[in-house]
Amino acid sequence: MALELPENVVVSRLDELANWCRKNSLWPMPFATACCGIELMATGAAKHDLARFGAEVFRFSPRQCDLMIVAGRVAMKMLPVLQRIWLQMHEPKWCISMGACASTGGVFDTYAVVQGIDRFIPVDMYVPGCPPRPEQLIQAIIDLQDKIQREGTITGREFETRERQLRKRALVEAVGPLSLDAARNPVIQRELRFPRS
Amino acid sequence: MSIAPDHDTRVRPAAPREEDYLWTLNFGPQHPATHTTLRLVLKLEGERVVDAMPEMGYLHSGFEKIGEHLTFNQYVTVTDRMNYISPMANNVAWHHAVETLLGIDLTPRCKVIRTIVAELARISDHLLCNGAVGLDTGAFTFFLYGFYQREVIYDIFETLCGARFTNSYTRVGGVSHDFTPLVIEKIRTFLRTFPKTLDDMERLLTRNRIFVDRTKGVGVLTKEQAINGGASGPVARASGVTRDLRKDEPYLAYADYDFQICCAAAGDCYARYLVRMQEMRESLKILNQAIENIPAGEVNVGADQRVARPTKEQVYSTIEGTISHFELSMSNRSFEVPYEESYAAIEAPNGELGFYVVGDGDDTAYRARCRPPSVLHFSLFPQLIRGHTLSDVVAVLGSLNIIAAELDR
Amino acid sequence: MTTDQSSTADLLETLVARFPGLETSAYRGQTRVVVGEPASFEVLSFLAAAGFDLLVDVTCVDYLEYRGATRRYGLVYLLASTATPRRLTVRVFVDDPEPAVRSVVGVWRSADWLEREVWDMFGIRFVGHPDLRRLMMPEQFTAHPLRKDYPLQGRGERHNFPVLTREDG
Repeated sequence: MALELPENVVVSRLDELANWCRKNSLWPMPFATACCGIELMATGAAKHDLARFGAEVFRFSPRQCDLMIVAGRVAMKMLPVLQRIWLQMHEPKWCISMGACASTGGVFDTYAVVQGIDRFIPVDMYVPGCPPRPEQLIQAIIDLQDKIQREGTITGREFETRERQLRKRALVEAVGPLSLDAARNPVIQRELRFPRS
Repeated sequence: MSIAPDHDTRVRPAAPREEDYLWTLNFGPQHPATHTTLRLVLKLEGERVVDAMPEMGYLHSGFEKIGEHLTFNQYVTVTDRMNYISPMANNVAWHHAVETLLGIDLTPRCKVIRTIVAELARISDHLLCNGAVGLDTGAFTFFLYGFYQREVIYDIFETLCGARFTNSYTRVGGVSHDFTPLVIEKIRTFLRTFPKTLDDMERLLTRNRIFVDRTKGVGVLTKEQAINGGASGPVARASGVTRDLRKDEPYLAYADYDFQICCAAAGDCYARYLVRMQEMRESLKILNQAIENIPAGEVNVGADQRVARPTKEQVYSTIEGTISHFELSMSNRSFEVPYEESYAAIEAPNGELGFYVVGDGDDTAYRARCRPPSVLHFSLFPQLIRGHTLSDVVAVLGSLNIIAAELDR
Repeated sequence: MTTDQSSTADLLETLVARFPGLETSAYRGQTRVVVGEPASFEVLSFLAAAGFDLLVDVTCVDYLEYRGATRRYGLVYLLASTATPRRLTVRVFVDDPEPAVRSVVGVWRSADWLEREVWDMFGIRFVGHPDLRRLMMPEQFTAHPLRKDYPLQGRGERHNFPVLTREDG
């Protein structure tokens, strides 16, 4: 029997709807350390107005955010702070590395500067430039929105319970150097479908 | 074992000391009101700050070490990233110090052009600093007004040298781009329109009851403390120190212009706000005098001095230009640097910004020490905050205008 | 610079008379005085009393690879006066293995953090400093990075952190 739908009803998959909601309500956590932070402020301020892209709700508490924008160089003394804030953010979460310094160390190839934050935390999007113009940052946010729509939260980890995560981690350790990506790891997939306990 | 009856064996609780009630609060290094990366460990009694222990170094990037590895012209890009609120002022300060070491006398046109960009940098710094004080005390509109005018200054700099705010504008013996008629026109437009915005901003905040209550009498720095603590710039002048390098040791073209040093006696956050607002008006005065009287002629020093690159026309049509261009491009034949050392400072928006440069014969500094005003201002912070409430911390921090990249280098 | 030349010359005369063995020199209108390490505190206190109420900067230069240098560390005290626009540079040389000099925090409060920075970057001890901790580098850091024998890229300290992956977070 064919279901008659009224014309103002759209049918979609639930996760696509969730992704659509997520991508249009990014709450950035500005980890602004240096010059890029000023351009980040300019992006949010009067002329460029990040609100047009649904990402203007800057929150300084990592608990409330899902997008970390690392703007500026990260010094040796600052990196533990960065990692701690990243761990405090809830899933699903993404990270934009803004500017040459955050991405590679930039001109600061010195003893005190971390040569790219992606050595120590995962990064989704890199923005080149020293500092990037506000338009570039806006483009990066648009690209990240596309990525969120396409890929969702990559592993759907925010739906997992703690027991499940622990079991998965134990499995990963047991199977050794298989793919860490749960979606592509047959052992994990089987275990998730037929839990042992 | 017997106990003497007169001896009380019950353990009496020790009398509570005052420290037992104190609460320690970590503030930063990632906190919205620090604007950048600095950390305070506050000791609180209820809401009152008993003591503060500032800590820094969260943005230490080895600027001074890089200065020993880049040539005088290359290092200017790194100075941009030092005080990123007013990079032009850093550029001018760095090459002012290098030219003092090398003994280069600038052309009159270059002096005026550098004066103009340094004053524009001062306006953009004070706009952001005062805007941030407003933002932290709850006046968001004021901040947006200020930021909108900063975009106009960014636009002028972009027309001038292609970069919004990391300009790297100066060169040894000159600047990278001469003023074009379009730049002059844009600056004139800015000078016409900006006073109105400044009036609007003053109307928004200067007599705003909430703002005045939150800043007046807060973070008082006395004149003695300011001098003994090494304060400079608006922070010192708000405490009654009448020291301004633009008047005391006139550099560039400042001796030719008529302007006032802005001072206040109160030394509180409100006085620092007022001094900055007034300094913007004085900068406008300087700019108005300078923009109408830019001397004609070359902007860079001549090819015979062999420090600034000659123009393309000189390179292709004169033998001196060709030789000079060729030699400047070779690393071992460029500047003649003495085995000497010197210190030169300018009145940057934030205070006395100087460089102690040691030359060792080649075109890289042996040591490039930057004297940052922020360090000394931040070290004054515990004195300023003692006895005030936790909410005053942000007002005091904002009014000191501490820029972490300049603080830590 | 329009420094007050005549009063500086008078002051130098008094200074040399009071502390024999001082060397003075000038470059680009900047007067410099070289003081032996034992007398540095007395000379600086004397200058503070003589009107140099502002300590602009304390810094250091490592002359390890400098042509013709005999002493390794040259401390630089930049003094200025708020009443009249005059400046004076005081140099104090110290050497390995235990470079140390007496602290001037008691004279100018501004020396506090500046001396801490010199200790952090060059490892020069300031005797009598109330709180001589590192200013910029983390407490666990062992080297003094602005010394000339420390490489620009460091000795790998900047890579020495745990790596967080997606799985950890």
